[in-house]
Amino acid sequence: HSAHLYTPILLVLIAVKIHQNKRYRLRYSNRARPITMQAQMQFRSARTASCVRASSGRAQPKVLCRAFNSMESPFAEELKKNAAYIAQKGKGILASDESNATTGKRLQSVGVDNTEENRRDWRELLYTAPGLGQYVSGAIMFEETLYQKARNGSQFVDILLAQGIYPGIKVDTGLQVLPGGKGETTTQGLDNLADRCKAYRKQGAKFAKWRAVIKIGEAGCPSTTAILENAHGLARYAQICQENGLVPIVEPEVTLGPGDYSIDETAFWSERVYSHVMRLLNEYGVILEGILLKPNMCLPGLDAPVANPEEVARVTVRTMMRSIPPAVPGIHFLSGGMSEEEATLNLQALNDEAPNAPWALTFSYGRALQATTLKTWAGKESNWAAAQDILVKLAKANSEAAAGKFKGPHPVPGGGRILQALRTGGSGK
Amino acid sequence: MAADLASVAAKLAAPGKGLLASDESTGTIGKRLEKAGLPNTEDIRRAYRELYYTTPGIGHYISGVIMFKETLYQSTAAGRRFVDVLADEGVMAGIKVDEGLAPLPGGGEGETYTKGLEGLEAACREYVAAGAKFAKWRATLKVTDSLPSDLAVERNADDLARYAKICQDCGLVPVVEPEILIDGTHSQARFGDVTERVLGATVAALWRHGVALEGCLLKPQMVIPGAEAEGGKVAAEEVARHTVAALRRVVPPAVPGVMFLSGGQTEEEATINLDAINKEARVVGRCPWALSFSFGRALQASVLKLWSSDQTRVTEAQQLALSLARVNSEAALGQYSTPAGGHPSTLTGDSLRENFRGWSGQAPAGGTVPLQGGGGEEVVMAH
Repeated sequence: HSAHLYTPILLVLIAVKIHQNKRYRLRYSNRARPITMQAQMQFRSARTASCVRASSGRAQPKVLCRAFNSMESPFAEELKKNAAYIAQKGKGILASDESNATTGKRLQSVGVDNTEENRRDWRELLYTAPGLGQYVSGAIMFEETLYQKARNGSQFVDILLAQGIYPGIKVDTGLQVLPGGKGETTTQGLDNLADRCKAYRKQGAKFAKWRAVIKIGEAGCPSTTAILENAHGLARYAQICQENGLVPIVEPEVTLGPGDYSIDETAFWSERVYSHVMRLLNEYGVILEGILLKPNMCLPGLDAPVANPEEVARVTVRTMMRSIPPAVPGIHFLSGGMSEEEATLNLQALNDEAPNAPWALTFSYGRALQATTLKTWAGKESNWAAAQDILVKLAKANSEAAAGKFKGPHPVPGGGRILQALRTGGSGK
Repeated sequence: MAADLASVAAKLAAPGKGLLASDESTGTIGKRLEKAGLPNTEDIRRAYRELYYTTPGIGHYISGVIMFKETLYQSTAAGRRFVDVLADEGVMAGIKVDEGLAPLPGGGEGETYTKGLEGLEAACREYVAAGAKFAKWRATLKVTDSLPSDLAVERNADDLARYAKICQDCGLVPVVEPEILIDGTHSQARFGDVTERVLGATVAALWRHGVALEGCLLKPQMVIPGAEAEGGKVAAEEVARHTVAALRRVVPPAVPGVMFLSGGQTEEEATINLDAINKEARVVGRCPWALSFSFGRALQASVLKLWSSDQTRVTEAQQLALSLARVNSEAALGQYSTPAGGHPSTLTGDSLRENFRGWSGQAPAGGTVPLQGGGGEEVVMAH
């Protein structure tokens, strides 16, 4: 008899359970969803807090909120001031932060041994060049160099500051190859970065630099992973720098490489990369008035015909206009393989194309300021002055180009591309 | 096509010109008409819009008019199509293409998404055939201590980008409007943070969807404290400082114009704030986009009050409309100074804030209730 009573009750209970279970599964099931870039960025984002609202009746879904962090760095005003100084119209940056390994290759190319003494001599030549400070507002150094002194015992940082050149420090610890077999890389250096920034600042550094490299020109490159990974590294590095009083130079280099890809393809990938980088800088609360950008100019691949300066300028300016908000005070292009003359002519064309650009269009040149300087010196004391002379002439030409006033002739005309292979596997100490 | 869009966008954002937002849905305009004592009939709506569109000289200050779907196909009493009458004055016709707000599934209380992507492409092609040159889509975001949520920001940014892409593919310049609502107790600083976040997400989404920035316009709120914030309203210089700083951080130069919404500010506040923004931009420098207006209430409230009291006072109403447009045009150039008789607004002190511009509660039993007039409008919350 009881069976008649209990069965319907039991059936009802079972039905209710099934219903609840279904609702639970529907609400919390792992619905198949492609891992979108949004999801990846949210995963990587700085701070999220789960907020569960008090419910009045049915269960409320969890709302993922974000702590809005307009970063209140105690150094905010100083960062803005320093960035504005470095980005002042008509000046640019000398990139002399080659790792010991890379510097070694350069020295060896002119028959100089890769010793600490020789590396020191070479940088002393650069930093004591008379009048360099009229054209250069910042010099990026490798860690070893930041702590070195000139022959007369003066610290390099003091020599630079006396010239009105702010010392900067490369803080990344090199490229590592990403899995996937395409030669894509990520940049290392976040571990212990805050402490290192504090130490560098104490030594006199005012800004820092981190180079991310994005490879294009091969099928499947750049991968989403590479873009996200490099953008994340840059944003986190920039955040740590600002927290510790250094202006971060954000360098997302879409690297000039083999292939016959067009300038428009470079522009497409550059826009994509910069868009991600700016997005993450925004999310990470980085103060844009206190950074500098160091991008590539848009160039076709090495196996495609070289683009003339007007074309480079048109496409590069368009790319910057589409991706870089005006709050960034300076865009300091890398020379990345362009010849010394090409680097100057392209920079002049950029300023012709956009004389009223909201950011400075200027330089952060390594090879394009150093190649002929190095060859002129070749390790010989007797060539010291001549080498410094050519360096200052090159700096002057690029300074004029950055002000839109370069008329020629170029101090080192007709040079070829100055290419170097990507060095991976760590900090190259 | 891209060059055409860029040239239309540049014309809409021309120096000293702005947009008249007269795209109130039937439901929304109905509430305003009824509040002014007028019946909400098609002819009244037609006659009301005719007032603005036939104001002589309106084209000196207004580059484009945003219309509701019904209005796009309407004509003057004499039988001339609105689109043609406007074109004669050099004013372009725009069309609101979204279909109103709905509660965001998985979002926080009061968070919404905007409907209208379904069938948008077909609708856009029709509107282009009818003479529209640009479109507009309004998303809203709500600010509290914990909102807007990730989901609301990303969903609305993505939908705005999809809408913008469809428009561009059909030959319409999209006006992208992520309105961060004035309702709330949040501070101005917090509003600035939210603005940076929302606009940053919107711009990133536009890129992801292949929208050409040169061919679209942004329509944000100025950075002001919440309507119920402690300390009340702030000086125009503060509005200007926060707004310009926020925009410089997130809007790439390729966007030709930032056309502010007035969203609850009084007519006079809107003008004074816009003027302060342009003056600040000049001082700070390096603000490459036009900083102009896309005002609804701030160009219409006094006019409606006048006209509703006596519909025969057309000339007077039109002169008032023209002077409201003129002072905002001056503000868009950073050249506004209070005229001899004061700001043309006749509603001094009254806020134009309305409580039905966002989503304020749960849907009535049985789901959302579309209002009369078809085409979808903001759902009214009877609370």
